[in-house]
Order: sequence, then C-alpha cells, then structure tokens
Amino acid sequence: MYKYDQYDQTMVDARVEEFRDQARRRLEGKLTEDQFKPLRLMNGLYLQLHAYMLRVAIPYGTLDSRQMHALADIADKYDRGYGHFTTRQNIQYNWIKLEDAADILADLAKVEMHAIQTSGNCIRNISSDHFAGAAADELVDPRPYAELLRQWSSFHPEFSYLPRKFKIAVIASEKDRAAMRLHDIGINIVKNEAGELGAAFYVGGGMGRTPMIAPCINPFVPLDQLVTYAEACLRVYNRHGRRDNKYKARIKILVHELGAEEYTRQVEAEFAHLLDQGVEPPLAELERIKTYFEDPLFETGAAAALDRSDPDFALWVDRNTIAHKAEGYASVVISLKPVGGIPGDATAEQMRLMADLAKQYSFDELRVMHTQNIVLPHVRKADLHALWTALDEAGLGSPNLDTVEDIIACPGLDYCSLANARSIPIAQKISERFARTGKTGTLGELKLKISGCINACGHHHAGHIGILGVDRKGVENYQLLLGGSEAEDVSLAKITGPGFDENGIVDAVETVTTVYERERQDGERFVDTYRRIGMDPFKEALYG
Amino acid sequence: MADTLRYRDDEPVDHPAVTVDSFLDQSNASAVRIEPGDDARELLPHLERLALVEVNFPAFGDGRGYSSARILREAGYEGELRAVGDVLVDQLAYMRRCGFDAFEPDQQLDMDDVKAAFERWPEVYQKAADTRTPIWTKRHA
Amino acid sequence: MRLLTGNDLKTGAVTWWTGSDWSIHVEDAVDVTGGEEEIARREESARRVNAPYAVDAELSDGSPRPSHIKERMRALGPTVRPDLTLKPADPEIGNWVI
Repeated sequence: MYKYDQYDQTMVDARVEEFRDQARRRLEGKLTEDQFKPLRLMNGLYLQLHAYMLRVAIPYGTLDSRQMHALADIADKYDRGYGHFTTRQNIQYNWIKLEDAADILADLAKVEMHAIQTSGNCIRNISSDHFAGAAADELVDPRPYAELLRQWSSFHPEFSYLPRKFKIAVIASEKDRAAMRLHDIGINIVKNEAGELGAAFYVGGGMGRTPMIAPCINPFVPLDQLVTYAEACLRVYNRHGRRDNKYKARIKILVHELGAEEYTRQVEAEFAHLLDQGVEPPLAELERIKTYFEDPLFETGAAAALDRSDPDFALWVDRNTIAHKAEGYASVVISLKPVGGIPGDATAEQMRLMADLAKQYSFDELRVMHTQNIVLPHVRKADLHALWTALDEAGLGSPNLDTVEDIIACPGLDYCSLANARSIPIAQKISERFARTGKTGTLGELKLKISGCINACGHHHAGHIGILGVDRKGVENYQLLLGGSEAEDVSLAKITGPGFDENGIVDAVETVTTVYERERQDGERFVDTYRRIGMDPFKEALYG
Repeated sequence: MADTLRYRDDEPVDHPAVTVDSFLDQSNASAVRIEPGDDARELLPHLERLALVEVNFPAFGDGRGYSSARILREAGYEGELRAVGDVLVDQLAYMRRCGFDAFEPDQQLDMDDVKAAFERWPEVYQKAADTRTPIWTKRHA
Repeated sequence: MRLLTGNDLKTGAVTWWTGSDWSIHVEDAVDVTGGEEEIARREESARRVNAPYAVDAELSDGSPRPSHIKERMRALGPTVRPDLTLKPADPEIGNWVI
C-alpha cells in the first residue's frame, strides 16, 4: 500500500497546524460559527446530535495494522471506546471535543492518516474496490489511480468551495464492487481494442433525494490524461452547478438538467483547453505510485485444501471468504454485523484484534468495505481456521456476508441530526428476526439497506430491499423499497406503497421474503425474482 | 473600510470597476468586476485593455470566482486580479494559487493571520495558476 | 413551554439553558418563552454556547420533555447504547426518548 514520502507528510502536517490555528481562532471568537463551519467540515469535524463527530479518511478503504491500532487508540483516548465504519470506507467517532480535534489530527498524521476533506463542499475520499489487488477478475489494481486522484484533489485551490460535496469512486473490473455508477464521478479502468488501458468516466450518479445512475461521459480517456479530464469535469461543475438550492446542487442535477450530451460537450471543450495548461502529472508519478501496490510475496504452492469437518467453520468459509487470484489464498470478510448488533461499529479492542490478525495473516493489510465490514485481502487458506477461531471468539465471526443479516444502515436518528427516524434498531430487529427463524441461509444473497432520512447515507435506493425512515407527523415511519442494486446490474429500488411503523417494517420485510421463497426459480436471488415477477405479488402480500 | 492587500509592484488602477456588461459596451474602461454568475471567458477578447479584474465573492462559500480567476490567468491575463467581498483569511492561500494578487475584504483581516495563511503550505500537490511547482513534478525532476 | 438548547463550543456536549447557566441535563432547563432570541444571541456572542436554538417541550413528571423525538435523543443519548446516555442505569430511558 501507499506510503508517504516527505512531501505527503509535509502536507498533512501543515494541515494539522492550519486546523489547530483555525480552532484556536474559533475558541477565541475571531471566527464565527458560520465562518468556522466550512473549515471544520473540510477537516471532517461535524457538530452532530450528541457532540462533535470526526470522520477520519481511509483512502480507498486501505489501511495497515499500525493505522488500525492508531484508530483504536483514538477511540480510547478521545472518544468512548469504539468507532463506526462508514458507507464510504471511512471511520467516524461520535463523541469528539473541539478542544481535542487538532491533537487527534496530529496523532493521525503520525501514522500517515488524516481527516482531510471528509466533509464539506469539496472532493471527498476517493473510494475503490475493497478486493483490489486480490480479486481474480480485476483488470489492474484500481488503487494507484485512486491515490493519484487523492493527491490531485487534496487542497485543490479551485475546487474547495463547490456547490456541494463531490464523491469519486475508481474500479477496474466489470463487476462493480464500489457502487461506481452511483457516484458523482465513477471511473472504470478498461482496456481498448489495441490493448491499451484507459479510464471510462461516468458522471452524475448519486443517491439522496433524487437518485440517479451516472451516464458514461467518455468511454476511454487515455491514462496520461486522467487528471486533466477530471479537472475539466470539476471545473464545469464548479462554474455551472446550481447554487440557488442546496437540494439541487449536486452534479447529478447539472448533468440531468443540461443533458449528458451538453454536459459532455462542455467538459470536452474545457478538457481541450486544459490539455495545454500542464495540469497532468508526469506519467512517472503513476508508475511510482504503482510500485506501492505490487503483489505481496505470495507463497507458491500454498495448500488449497481445507479441513471442513467443523460445520461452523465450513459455513463461514462458504459465506465470508472470497476466491483470490493467487492459488491457495482467499480474501476474508470480517463481519461487523453480529445479529442484533450495531452495523459497522467496532470496539477499540476489536480494532486491535483485527489489526494484529491482519499483520499475522494478511500481509499487514486491511480494507474497509462500503458495506461496513472489514476485509483481510490476502489470507492463506491454511491459516483460515486459526483466523476464524480468533474472530469467532471476539464476536467478529458472523458468517453472514451478503445475507439479510449483512445490513447496511446509516447511524440514523440515534446519532445523526439530519435523520428523521432511527435506523439501527430496525437493523437489529430484522437481523434478530431472520436469525431466529433460521431463514438467513435459505434466502441467499439479499442486500438490505436502511437510511434514516432522504439523504440516503444507507444507500437504500441501491438495496435489493431498501428501507427509508421518514417523519410522519412527528412519528417515525418506514417506507419499503424493492429492486435496487449498486453492482454492475445497477438499478434504483421502487417504493411498495404506504409505510409501516417500527414493528410493521420488520414484518413487511419478512413478508416480502416469504413471497420470494414461494415464487423463486432456480438460482434466483431475491432481486432476480423481483425483476422477473414485478412489484404486484409483493404489494398483494403486504397490503392485501 | 478594510485595507486592500496588494501583491503587485505596479500602480493600482485609479477608477472604479464596471460590470461585465458595461465593460463590453464601453471602449475606455480598464477595470471590470466579475460577479459569480458571469462568464469570465467573455473578457478574453479584451484582456489587453484590462488593468484590473475584480472578482466578487458575495459569500465566501460560493467558489465560482476561483474558476474565473484561473481561467483569466490561463488565458494570459497579467493585470491585477483582485478578490473582493466576503474574503476571509482562510481562503487567501487558495485564492493566491488561483491567480489572485490583490484582496479587498469586507472585514479587516488580522495581518498576522494573513502572513500565517500565505506561509502555511511549504508544498502544493497540483498545478494551478501560480508559479508553484507541484509535488509530482518535483518528485520526477 | 420553550427550551433553549445548543452545544458547548469546546466539548460539543448538548446543553440546556437553566435561566442562569447551561446544563447538560434537560431537567434543569427553564421556559424561555418570549426571551429566547435575546438570550441566544447574548450567550452565543459570549461563546458560552454554540449554535443555540429554541424547541417546544411539555412538562412530564415535573420535568421538561422536548416535544420532538430528535430533541429527546439529544437530551439523553443514543437509544441503541444506553450505556452511553446520561442515564445508563435507567432501563426506561429508551421509552422516554421514543
């Protein structure tokens, strides 16, 4: 993984001192809250429901054991002993004090971490495939491109006061494991007929109030023009994105209102102009970054056979391990979704354990999934049993990847001032219901996502089953949606009808899975059956 | 009235800036003010006439002026480029990188804070409208 | 009744105006009807509170209970982590919020 040189370190250190100074001026009254707010947001510091919340960046979801230990130490030293892994591969701490914030950033800088631009109307954390560098189906590791874009976007002087936030995802495979089409810019590294690598640019996706799937703006941008093209996309947005209405200010609205064709025309014109401005980094820089992402020294001839005599271990292997490009290896998903638990939360103790296990079993590397689980990307199959034993003891061994128990939930009204309804208790009730009825396995792949408000941080539009919490005359109410997908078969979920209360929604989820069990044909996932039979049978079962 | 900060050696223009529409109508104005919604490229055919371009920031959160500034510098404009309005200390460094060489804030700025702001960044990652060398160029020089 | 609430600037803790000071306990909050804007402005300028605003509340068992669930959540803490609320030993706190 990438390691800072003295230049990178200089930048994060300077940022820490800049923020320290800004916080001091706020506490002394030289800055009003209105003046300070965008500055603290650009350092990931929110004023949230219970306290300040700090969102620490985990660039393209990759970190090592030293960094995970540092995250654990921060949880203990400055927070309340835990952190929350987010749907953008970051981590959040919910009980932060402003007077500690600069010190936390300084602690992070010591381990090459930061909270730069994890909030605010600027370019946010660049996300990527959590199986990058391990997946057999990837064209190349997408993360060097994400790292290049990270540097380009950090402290960008022209794009720090955009109309709204800006989220970029980079993948390099046909399978989309990063919800790329639902980002402001999604980039897929592809090969053309001549065998050259280039970047397909998708611009204008997103969820929130008006979910949209990004159209392809340019199917092949040569890799030595990648940054220039991104700059052109951003400049058109900065100049012409709406600033009159906060809820219409994302680039998806601009692309939708101009039409993809006109937006593309403007980008291509700006791109042609910018090609003469020397904006592109030297190709040698990409080559330099790539050297940090070479394969670790996989053992050749590593044993592929597993002793599956323990049925619990076998179940976990089947559900939570993923085929690896190297013989005798697997990628492991550590579930942060214990039945009845808070999705995505981990205690400091659990973080330390995961860090140590990564160091021991996974070439000292971990990944944060946007589905709020943790990946150990490169584990020898021979080590899986020992690893699983350690995880299981610590409550991290739930064999529920991509099942109905593997719920994505935003923090919701328990933590978030934007929320209209609690989302975590719904997730807890649902996972408990299905675990109790023993249905988790029979239902197979079922991606359930819960958002506590229309801002859709739980990605409910992209759920096979989605739940949206709303405020109905001061009382929490939950809408049920069906048929979304964030993968390469991307689609937006549709609402079933009237909403339910907090117990009704759990029953409703069970009801629609019953319809699925009744109607499904060979090999169909829930979402496949829904796409084949349509909404009516589900509506019938829900509302009579 | 707050002090104007100016980082140029030449004489400042001594007459007020006109709007873009007025400027395009007249032939004798040499100072123009761009609003956030104006298209800076409308000025490109007339750059030799211009000694001062003011870019208005009615609210510091509206970042369109940064693009306007960079566009003018990219087109070869060498006159004064002045950020006016809701210009606070914490925006100065980025504004400078986008080509601004003068600042006329609504509120008086603390000069110690201004100095710190301009000295904050020993390095820069990306190319902009200033003369600073991006880190990735230095790495491979 | 109307309560004035905000966050402590330094710590971020949720605070309630008691008539003379800011407390993290909503039981200490007083009715600010008629005076809310003036108090908010004064206290914010003095940086004794950050981002203050007024909310509706009713008296419930003699203590103010904010009318909106979000404000009750702020008053007490996350229902999913009773151990992190202001009343970790009280098994009924979830009901008070919800």
